[in-house]
Amino acid sequence: MLSFFSSFTQSRLRGGVHPEAHKRATALQPINTDFPLPARLYIPLQQHVGKPAEPLIRVGEIVLKGQLLAYSQGLISAPVHAPSSGIIVDVNDYPAPHPSALPIRMIVLETDGKDEWLSHTPIPDPFQLTPEDISLRVGAAGIVGLGGATFPTAVKLTMGRENRIDTLIINGAECEPYLSCDDRQMQERSAEIIDGVRLMLHGMAANLAFIAIEDNKPQAFLAMQAAAHAYSGITVLHIPTRYPMGWDRQLIRYVTGREVPAGCRSSEVGVTIHNVGTAYATHKAIRYGQPLVSRVLTVAGGAVARPMTVEVPLGTLIAEVFAFCEVDSTRTARIIMGGPMMGEALPHTGLPTVKATSGLLALTQDELKQTEAQPCIRCASCVSVCPVGLRPLDMANTIRAKQLEAAVELGLKECISCGCCSYICPSNIPLVQYFKYASGELVAQQQAQHKSEQTKKLMASRTARLERIAQQQLEEERARIAAKIERERLKATQETVE
Amino acid sequence: MYVFYAIISLTVLGLVLGLLLGIAAKYLKVESSPLVDALEALLPGSQCGQCGFPGCRPAAEALADGLAPATMCPPGGSALAEQIAALLGVELDLTSLKEPELLVAKVSEATCTGCTRCFKVCPTDAIVGAPKQIHAVVADACIGCKKCVEVCPTECLQMHPIEVTLRNWRWSKPLLTTTGKALC
Repeated sequence: MLSFFSSFTQSRLRGGVHPEAHKRATALQPINTDFPLPARLYIPLQQHVGKPAEPLIRVGEIVLKGQLLAYSQGLISAPVHAPSSGIIVDVNDYPAPHPSALPIRMIVLETDGKDEWLSHTPIPDPFQLTPEDISLRVGAAGIVGLGGATFPTAVKLTMGRENRIDTLIINGAECEPYLSCDDRQMQERSAEIIDGVRLMLHGMAANLAFIAIEDNKPQAFLAMQAAAHAYSGITVLHIPTRYPMGWDRQLIRYVTGREVPAGCRSSEVGVTIHNVGTAYATHKAIRYGQPLVSRVLTVAGGAVARPMTVEVPLGTLIAEVFAFCEVDSTRTARIIMGGPMMGEALPHTGLPTVKATSGLLALTQDELKQTEAQPCIRCASCVSVCPVGLRPLDMANTIRAKQLEAAVELGLKECISCGCCSYICPSNIPLVQYFKYASGELVAQQQAQHKSEQTKKLMASRTARLERIAQQQLEEERARIAAKIERERLKATQETVE
Repeated sequence: MYVFYAIISLTVLGLVLGLLLGIAAKYLKVESSPLVDALEALLPGSQCGQCGFPGCRPAAEALADGLAPATMCPPGGSALAEQIAALLGVELDLTSLKEPELLVAKVSEATCTGCTRCFKVCPTDAIVGAPKQIHAVVADACIGCKKCVEVCPTECLQMHPIEVTLRNWRWSKPLLTTTGKALC
């Protein structure tokens, strides 16, 4: 019987690896809320998927905490709010928290130390609000998916209503090693998260929610179960500890048994996924009218003397977070934003924390994987661990030979860059790096294609315009000649009359 | 009276010749090769001449005759080369092809006199300006054909590499080992 069940659960999981968790250092400490207010905050206008926000403040303006700084543009976008009170000193390009550290537009806020909130009117009973109103308020609070994908939450709620989503899954897997911000939030803020989940359900007009927590977080599971006990529609369940358990399709397959077809969204099988941090932010936004201005993140790694989970205002420079956690910069071999599997390596610490920053890691040389690549031994480990069911070794081969189309046929577009293949490869072949490169090349090709179409259109309209002008000139010339002949004829008739 | 004879005879002559030419154009039409047409449709069509042929049509003819390699169009890059190779059914060795550095024109405001010569020659209307006003290049529309650089009297138009932003930044290809051995 037991083996039957285990085979059943096995079939619902595909691929995955078991990296060492490294969570002990941070999982047992409460969230540190004593982070000193930085003197300057660097707030990027794009901290989400979609169009960047458009600033509506001017340099020199005095703002309060939670005040709208930049409004969202277009359907998929999110506004940006002041993380503290102070004065706007600059709106300009500063290095982005991205592997390239290329500049993006940011608002620079000099804090006044008072941290004074803009006055809000709390709503006595948010369940009296219409679902549309919930979406609007969540959108206005600048809430985006805090698991790291940063897709605007309000759009997901609205899509949920329109696509008749029946199930909401709250992602408490936190499968990335080192990170424990979701774990700590679930332990300490379980009642608020459950309230946020209920508000999300109300906003989506759905009534079934599952909170999926990996079984290496028993404390969080108990806390959430206690908080959710009173609500029949909300089920808290254990899921196996395995990376990438937090991938939306893996979660959907495990929790509901539904398979999301390739190239489709999860909403097409009637499921939407939100992160626990997003649920907490929703609770704050709806109950207290507080927009998303800070986030909980984990600071860990071998070079960190005081690893912890800490709540920092958005826009705090990584250097200040690292100073607070006493990071030894001489031992830091790599700085990573996010988790070690899918996070992005940053070139320096002069970059701000953003809505997507779930963790900041300062790893020592010992913690990094040796990267001297060896020839492939065709062990097929990468095939067995790929959660999507692809053949990473074949894809890497075709990409190396610049045969992108062949790679796409092998399923390159379905690759989620989870890094399991690179992690497991005994020859240290940079497999996921090949796929990231190839995906970028595909985008570049699309852009080139688009530009060449655009060029053709521009040239066609130019030719048409030139022809039109020539035609016009010809007609004017003809009219002039006709007028001249007419004048001469009149003159001649007058002369003959005379 | 002679005037009328002249007018009538010339009109009739014109009509008859026109009719003959019209019939000839219809019945003696030279069929253009569909392959050349397809190739021409693929090419950017900006007649920039960077390939060494006087325009995209002659270039397409050369491609169809096998006189030019599939990688001949610099603005098209490897993406176009792949399409051309697929159409012609030839093997394409892209590993040796160096991706051409894409350039865009840029106006130096200090020396631009607003002569309007550049925007008159720009094939994609990528240059905006008016007489005696400083001109500007819309980088997204510029195809790097350098026609404006040739006509600029003050050399204020120069070609620059495309600025790297977060929109066009890409991961580079992973490097092979120092020995350059195949890894997989």
